[in-house]
Amino acid sequence: MERAGLLKFWDSSVGKKVVMGATGLILVAFVILHMAGNLQFFAGAERFNAYSHLLQVDLIEATWILRLTLLVAVVLHITAAYQLTMRNRAARPADYVKREPQVSTYAARTLRWGGVYLLLFIPYHLMHFTIGNLHPAFARGQAYGNVVIGFENVWIGIFYLGAMAFLALHLYHGTWAMFRTLGVARPSNDPLHRRLALALAIIVPAGFSLLPLSVMLGLVR
Amino acid sequence: MRVLLHVWRQAGPGATGRLVDYEAADISPDMSFLEMLDVVNDRLTVKGEEPIAFDHDCREGICGSCGMMINGAAHGPMKLTTACQLHMRSFKDGDEIWIEPWRAKAFPVIKDLVVDRGAFDRIIQAGGFVSAPTGSAQDGNAIPIPKQNADQAMDAAACIGCGACVAACPNASASLFTAAKITHLGQLPQGQPERMKRALAMVHQMDLETFGGCTLFGECQEACPKGISIDTIAQMHRDYMLATAIRREESAIGGTG
Ligand code: HEM
Ligand code: FES
Repeated sequence: MERAGLLKFWDSSVGKKVVMGATGLILVAFVILHMAGNLQFFAGAERFNAYSHLLQVDLIEATWILRLTLLVAVVLHITAAYQLTMRNRAARPADYVKREPQVSTYAARTLRWGGVYLLLFIPYHLMHFTIGNLHPAFARGQAYGNVVIGFENVWIGIFYLGAMAFLALHLYHGTWAMFRTLGVARPSNDPLHRRLALALAIIVPAGFSLLPLSVMLGLVR
Repeated sequence: MRVLLHVWRQAGPGATGRLVDYEAADISPDMSFLEMLDVVNDRLTVKGEEPIAFDHDCREGICGSCGMMINGAAHGPMKLTTACQLHMRSFKDGDEIWIEPWRAKAFPVIKDLVVDRGAFDRIIQAGGFVSAPTGSAQDGNAIPIPKQNADQAMDAAACIGCGACVAACPNASASLFTAAKITHLGQLPQGQPERMKRALAMVHQMDLETFGGCTLFGECQEACPKGISIDTIAQMHRDYMLATAIRREESAIGGTG
């Protein structure tokens, strides 16, 4: 039977990719804001806890709207990623004995494994700092102290830094690709060139990494 | 010069294939890649062996028949070049050369290096017709076309349907091919009446043919002997989104039929 408009869109490889790009855009906007918010950590405990209070108490309704939006975005993003990956695999049942990638970036080729890492990282991160059930000494309202104690275990810090490395790769490919996927990139004589994506791929993960690094190096206690 | 070939040999569509080694001695660097294969085949025939089957027609880089994976790159090491236009001077004496057919579920191997690219024909068929007036020829300048649109349409129309984009894509996606066809008509005034219908139908057919989706690796653009840009893929996405948004059922309630 002929499927109606939006379902047909979702069935198509182009439609699924557009959903990936659109949800990716939401996630990119989120990680930029999240990183910028986190940098208040370096303004001291009082400021950081006040920021946390703002999000967790004063603006909790807005926070819930954001959480639900992100949840829907992540679920759609992962569903589309999984389904497209399966289709892409099936499209070449017999592989080459020899195939030499010419221009595809390391970032593009590791997107799927990076995605799996982030998929493990995100629930852990929520249970670590938001819910607190995987935190050794979680104290509600004490975001600053929670971060400091949370990163005193070096392995946890390393796990976070790993996630940021994959985030960098994901952003390097993703923020360049999504404008093409969404059809808004202007025609270019060198479409593989990327500037904004490179800047974001460096700034965002670096900003996030400052927190675990500063605790792990003993600069903040 | 002398090269060592590892060629994919497969007797028929269902048969299991394997790489077979051939030594090609006394090859002139001025031979095209296909002429080198001709020489190898002559020698095989004289020995009573089955020659290597490969597709070819124009041998001047315009028909798109001669697709093959050469050392892991579609159409070999030279940019913007089909296998028939590649010359042996691109290789060194003593080189080993791997030759494989295009690999995609949608491009089944018929024999050795020959694959069935009928899926491309069906995508084009799905695109349908354009409503161009036929009969008395119109004045060439009757319909003004902005130069950039004409350029983009012509660049996209350079596609020869060789399948290198599919072959080079890690996802075996036909996005560049389909996007080139959608762009070449979509940029022109003559292509407007059916533009939305065409985008929906061609993308749908591309999926039905079991090609993969686009991850924007960029390998297709690099492999394309005609230098078609992945910008066309952005245009395909734009047209497909717009078409999904504004598509209407056909109706004739106005009474004009
Ligand atoms: C939760 C775990 C995640 C998984 C499993 C995942 C997986 C993927 C995969 C596999 C792709 C490529 C799809 C393809 O074309 O084949 C992709 C693209 C993308 N991802 Fe993610 N991702 C995740 C999280 C994120 C996050 C946190 C962000 C935001 C920073 C993000 C932003 C993007 C963007 C912008 C794209 C590009 C979409 C496009 O090409 O248009 N993803 N993701
Ligand atoms: S034989 Fe026609 S393009 Fe190579």
